[in-house]
Amino acid sequence: MKSIYEALVGIVDGEHVSDRPEELYIYSFDLGTAQPQRPDYVVAPRTTQQVQDIVRLANREKIPVVPLGGGLSLAGLAVPLKGGILVDLKRMDSIIEVNEKGRYAVLECGVSQAQLTSYLARNHPGLTHSEPGAPPTATITGNVMIHGQGDLSQPYGFNSDLVNGLEVVLPTGEVCRFGSCAIGASWFTNHPLPDVGLFFGWCGTTGIVTRLSIRLYPAKPIRGVGQFVVENEELVPEIMEKITRTQMAEDIIAYSRAIPPFGMGLQHFTVNIAADSEKELEFKQELIWDDALGEYIRRGDGGYLGFTRGLERPQISKTSDYKKGGGFEYVGGIMPIETYPRCYRSGREISERHGIPYTVTGRCIGVGHSMMFAWTYAFNRADPETIRQAREALHETDDLVLELGGVIWKPGTYGQRLIMERLDPGTRTLMKRIKEVLDPGGIMNPGNWEGI
Amino acid sequence: MYALPFDENRCLNCQGADCLVKCQYIEIDRDRAREEMVRIARGEDSPVLRECVTCYGCEEYCPMGNHPFYLIAEKQEALGIPPVPGPLVRRAVNLGLPFRGEPQIREINGPVLNMAAFSELTPLIQGKLFEGLPVISTDGRKMFHYFCQLMYLHYAKSSVIKERLPGVIATIMRHRPTEVICFHDECYGTYTSYCPGVGIDVPFTPVHFFEYLYNRLSELKDLIRPVGLKVVYQRPCSSRLSPGKHRFVNKIFRLIGADEVEREFVDENALCCGGTIQGQRKEGSRKRSAAIQRKNIEDMKKAGAEICVFNCPACLQTLGGMVAREGIRPVYMSDLCRLAIGETPSGWR
Ligand SMILES: Cc1cc2nc3c(=O)[nH]c(=O)nc-3n(C[C@H](O)[C@H](O)[C@H](O)COP(=O)(O)OP(=O)(O)OC[C@H]3O[C@@H](n4cnc5c(N)ncnc54)[C@H](O)[C@@H]3O)c2cc1C
Repeated sequence: MKSIYEALVGIVDGEHVSDRPEELYIYSFDLGTAQPQRPDYVVAPRTTQQVQDIVRLANREKIPVVPLGGGLSLAGLAVPLKGGILVDLKRMDSIIEVNEKGRYAVLECGVSQAQLTSYLARNHPGLTHSEPGAPPTATITGNVMIHGQGDLSQPYGFNSDLVNGLEVVLPTGEVCRFGSCAIGASWFTNHPLPDVGLFFGWCGTTGIVTRLSIRLYPAKPIRGVGQFVVENEELVPEIMEKITRTQMAEDIIAYSRAIPPFGMGLQHFTVNIAADSEKELEFKQELIWDDALGEYIRRGDGGYLGFTRGLERPQISKTSDYKKGGGFEYVGGIMPIETYPRCYRSGREISERHGIPYTVTGRCIGVGHSMMFAWTYAFNRADPETIRQAREALHETDDLVLELGGVIWKPGTYGQRLIMERLDPGTRTLMKRIKEVLDPGGIMNPGNWEGI
Repeated sequence: MYALPFDENRCLNCQGADCLVKCQYIEIDRDRAREEMVRIARGEDSPVLRECVTCYGCEEYCPMGNHPFYLIAEKQEALGIPPVPGPLVRRAVNLGLPFRGEPQIREINGPVLNMAAFSELTPLIQGKLFEGLPVISTDGRKMFHYFCQLMYLHYAKSSVIKERLPGVIATIMRHRPTEVICFHDECYGTYTSYCPGVGIDVPFTPVHFFEYLYNRLSELKDLIRPVGLKVVYQRPCSSRLSPGKHRFVNKIFRLIGADEVEREFVDENALCCGGTIQGQRKEGSRKRSAAIQRKNIEDMKKAGAEICVFNCPACLQTLGGMVAREGIRPVYMSDLCRLAIGETPSGWR
């Protein structure tokens, strides 16, 4: 009988399989505070067929399978908690189609954010996608899998809301398609077939997405960031409401941080504005700064800091530069916008109690239907004590999210447990049944959503 | 505590009341101008305190050496009517706080160039113009130890300047400089105008950056090849504090063969870059700032400028992209000088 290693070489090739300790080491951790854990094998398939064969092999051998995109979730979601085969999907990086008129792109699962951004800039400069502030090697699919948000999430919602179709290898090896592509049509819509919705938010525990169609949006040649600042955090929800009401902005973010000191105790807004012409830009600026926010300026409660051309992505990682050792992790909570003041105050309190300079960020999603509020904690990678402190702060924050009436975004195992404790029993039973049907061998990314 | 000894009698005896009559942003006649200045000096409220865009211009216009702008800023603070909203004031006050440890002190015992709060522009300081010149405040993490603080005049926070400036001067002195060449003329204005005005002792000799450039170019005269470019100059607000040094702009242009094209908004009549105005509390400030910027750039275009020469990094940050979009190249004065002596500033094509 062939060893698992040999079987994997048979499926892919010798170049793209490894069980060498130095390579397994690289795949054993992510950038956050999660405990490292080595996989037994790493394999980098190139085709859907190869993914199917790997999953079937794993089922036969009863060995875990962990899908990996960019590995940048920070919450340890692609750390192989129980070892097994780590499936690095980065080689599946073809951009299969960009449809200009229908505004969507069909991608293999390993396509990175930077790859799509540069491909569009070169070949379809009139189109753009909702890019997260994550490092450029993050994959589009990995981001969608965890309900990520990008710089167009304010007008259009979570990136997982922007999916027009999927191809998935199920844990038992079959391939399924969802959306219009499921009936052989082009990948232009995810509707109106019966809703299945089995894959996002599951951390790869219900299947491996091999292709997806993602919506694109007009890329306006003038793009820039305006800034506004207030002192009173209680004003943030109403200001968010006023800016979103104009429907003139793309990304809207409020943040506050202890370092550098200029942000200390203040709430800054960054508001992305895009335009086809100077006339459109001025029109939008007038509606936002003069009409919607003018009253705060006149009262002296809010200040306009100017408009800078060019896009700045949210810099939640910046804080880590100010503490020796460069580590950081954040808890993201999907929160009602009116909780901003409490999110800010409690986050600041937790940070200060753990001796970590505070950084909080609230990104508006879907015209104000919610926000992704991030509490970021820096630590020194070379100092286990600061890692322990950060982990403690992260766990307290997971608790806080639920206490404040929010939902933990991309929870790690601690947050997953908290959610499962509170989950509606009917929902939990249904999820358990789905998981058992799809993954009878329990091989997919075990340790995540365990005991559902 | 340091204080501004403002003499209202000088205003009462002033014939022209140029401080306000010449102001480009406030419409006022001579009699009312004099009256308002006296009211301000007596600590009374005045529309001028609310209308002032903090362009520093009146410091230059005043023929009586009476520091009208410093007075306006002090009274705005005393009466609690800052020109910008409170959160911007707090942000600015926090901005100048050092937060990454103490600076490394090297004793120089000679002339130094102080980059102050513009450490990130240290790459401008290269080539023959700066050979052998020691530079301080080159570390962006420590630069606020060298920050002259005068920016707080725009925020009606003279108290912050007075509180922090002696410490800044002490830090500079730890390098044991003789002359301090000020990269930014706001620093120069601080040490030669503001400090004497309020009684802060400056134990070194400040040197204006453009004077240094001019002298150095004169030494390197043989290397100069006329640049032959049509230039305009964006005069910053802080240059109003050292009008005597403004002539070096013209002298440098002549020395390097730059063709300073004729335009309306030059010298005393220069326009503010608009950076501070856009955030002010007064109704319509954002649009007002944009209108000033348009007027300024239109004037540059009409004059046929190819190059807009900047002194102040904040002006360049505010206006640089705008002039570039109109086909006028934004360039720092030092880079233009380097070009004249056959060097290629980074990014120059
Ligand atoms: C500095 C910084 C800034 C960030 N900013 C943002 C931001 O603005 N918005 C945002 O949304 N996120 C942000 N993130 C979080 C994260 O990096 C992104 O969401 C990123 O896009 C995740 O993609 P990935 O390819 O790294 O996913 P991975 O970490 O590789 O995977 C995420 C999860 O999905 C599973 N998975 C991956 N690919 C597949 C697949 N093909 N099929 C099935 N399961 C799969 C993995 O097993 C894992 O459980 C940021 C992270 C950092 C470090």
